[in-house]
Amino acid sequence: MKDNVVFVQGNEAIVEAALYAGLNFFAGYPITPSTEIAELLSLRLPQKGGKFIQMEDELSSMCAIIGASLTGKKSMTATSGPGFSLKQEAIGFAVMTETPSVIVNVQRGGPSTGLPTSGSQGDVMQAKWGTHGEHAIITMTASNNQDAFAVTVDAFNLSETFRTPVILLFDEVVAHTRERLVIPKPDEIKVIQRLKTSVKEGTDYHPYLPREDGRLPMSDFGGVHRYNVTGLAHDMWGFPTTDSTTVYNLMHHLVDKIQGHTKEIARTKEYYLDDAECLLISYGSSARTALHVTEDRRLRGEKIGLLELQTLWPFPAEEVKKKCLNASCVIVVEMNMGQILHEVKKAIDDPEKVFLANQINGSFIKPSDVLNIIRIIQGRGA
Amino acid sequence: MEKCRIIFSGSGGQGIITSAIILAEAATLHESLNAVQSQAYGPEARGGSSRSDVIISDKEIRYPKVIEPNILVCLTQAAYNEFASLIRPGGILLTDKFFVKHEKKVDARLVELDMHREVLKEIGRPIVFNICMLGAFIAITKLVKESSIMKVLEKRIPHGFLDMNKNALELGITMAPDLEL
Repeated sequence: MKDNVVFVQGNEAIVEAALYAGLNFFAGYPITPSTEIAELLSLRLPQKGGKFIQMEDELSSMCAIIGASLTGKKSMTATSGPGFSLKQEAIGFAVMTETPSVIVNVQRGGPSTGLPTSGSQGDVMQAKWGTHGEHAIITMTASNNQDAFAVTVDAFNLSETFRTPVILLFDEVVAHTRERLVIPKPDEIKVIQRLKTSVKEGTDYHPYLPREDGRLPMSDFGGVHRYNVTGLAHDMWGFPTTDSTTVYNLMHHLVDKIQGHTKEIARTKEYYLDDAECLLISYGSSARTALHVTEDRRLRGEKIGLLELQTLWPFPAEEVKKKCLNASCVIVVEMNMGQILHEVKKAIDDPEKVFLANQINGSFIKPSDVLNIIRIIQGRGA
Repeated sequence: MEKCRIIFSGSGGQGIITSAIILAEAATLHESLNAVQSQAYGPEARGGSSRSDVIISDKEIRYPKVIEPNILVCLTQAAYNEFASLIRPGGILLTDKFFVKHEKKVDARLVELDMHREVLKEIGRPIVFNICMLGAFIAITKLVKESSIMKVLEKRIPHGFLDMNKNALELGITMAPDLEL
């Protein structure tokens, strides 16, 4: 057995990945089914010189990681269900102030306290629109430990590259399933460090003046430069403004820096797509069920394939459109009432060929839940 | 090998989940097999029925839960009543004589062992009941080797308790009948 092969839960894979990506500040308030992330980091983070704080609630946890990030620390929080709702206002502050931060939401059944110990994918739209106001945000997910590791490192990288909060939208099944994880060697996955300003001490630094390429170099808050950070619409100095041209440019910058890089941010995985007549689209733990069905039906000679989405926001509409082109039917497999279904329908020219296979009763979606829909579409009854 | 789907069931506190993790970890790290393990749990911390699913295969495992177990272990009457009907016809049902009375006609090979009483008699500590069960389990199913389980126990169990666990594992192995698989 090699030392870098471990048998762990998804939550532990996320912790290993965050440490790999250079996490050095975590603030959180433990909540099922994300608790192991906080539990494990309370041990591991101080061992490598990082800071772990259990805050009084989720609101302060989110605020704490924004503050820590501004001072130059790679920061993360983890939560679930009601905790994700509580973080929304501060997530908006991170969007507006362009503060790199990673927010793990291990989805459980909702609304409200709902089903604390059951899996769900009911927060897909909340990840995008949970905080108020026009904005763009990055949201990623994965279906197994190895991928959860990879997208978590990715989340930190994207968060630094685009100066944005990134939501890691996992679910109870991925978080609590134990399986093999091979921890990559250092440098095996690229880790992006923060882009810092080259402006010298004593020279004016404009925290919100984008470079030619749209990126905003940062200066550790409380360090050599004095600047303002506010949730109000602001100018290049970070001071509040209502000037229409400045606000117009700010709003476009906030949305364009993410929507304009959809291709670069999009992560997908493909299984048997080449000749697929029936195309499943899924993400997170549901994609495991979808892949099980795909491999099972392939053995019987059916032309079925799976497109697994790892980036949910910005939604990779162009890619989805391309992959759906030759399919006679598309089935979105998810544990909600069709939150990604509607995105797929919007993305393609013939939305009437898109169907939903879902489960919302707290049980993990079964292969038979998908097979029943396939049978109905084929006119063979459930 | 065929994909093997296993459910360990009993009541909270019997070490059901721990034994499932040990089995799956042994298969993954020391046998070059794939294994996934998960557990169903409710908001309660103790009592109630406890269930852990393990799948072991030499291929990639996609769907991580067990619907029809090939092997079902029931260590309480409540767990037996709840899960016995799930078993795949022709599968193996392992129960403890002290805790479970067979009331159903299940199409499975029944293995009824007096593990709880033997553990109390031979070792005197009920805490290793689950490890005794695991010993019987690996001897019956031949899914993983004893040495692989021992490697996991050496890593997970505090040094002072290792001998007691080893004895419990061996006790279970000696109790197991030799089934034609």
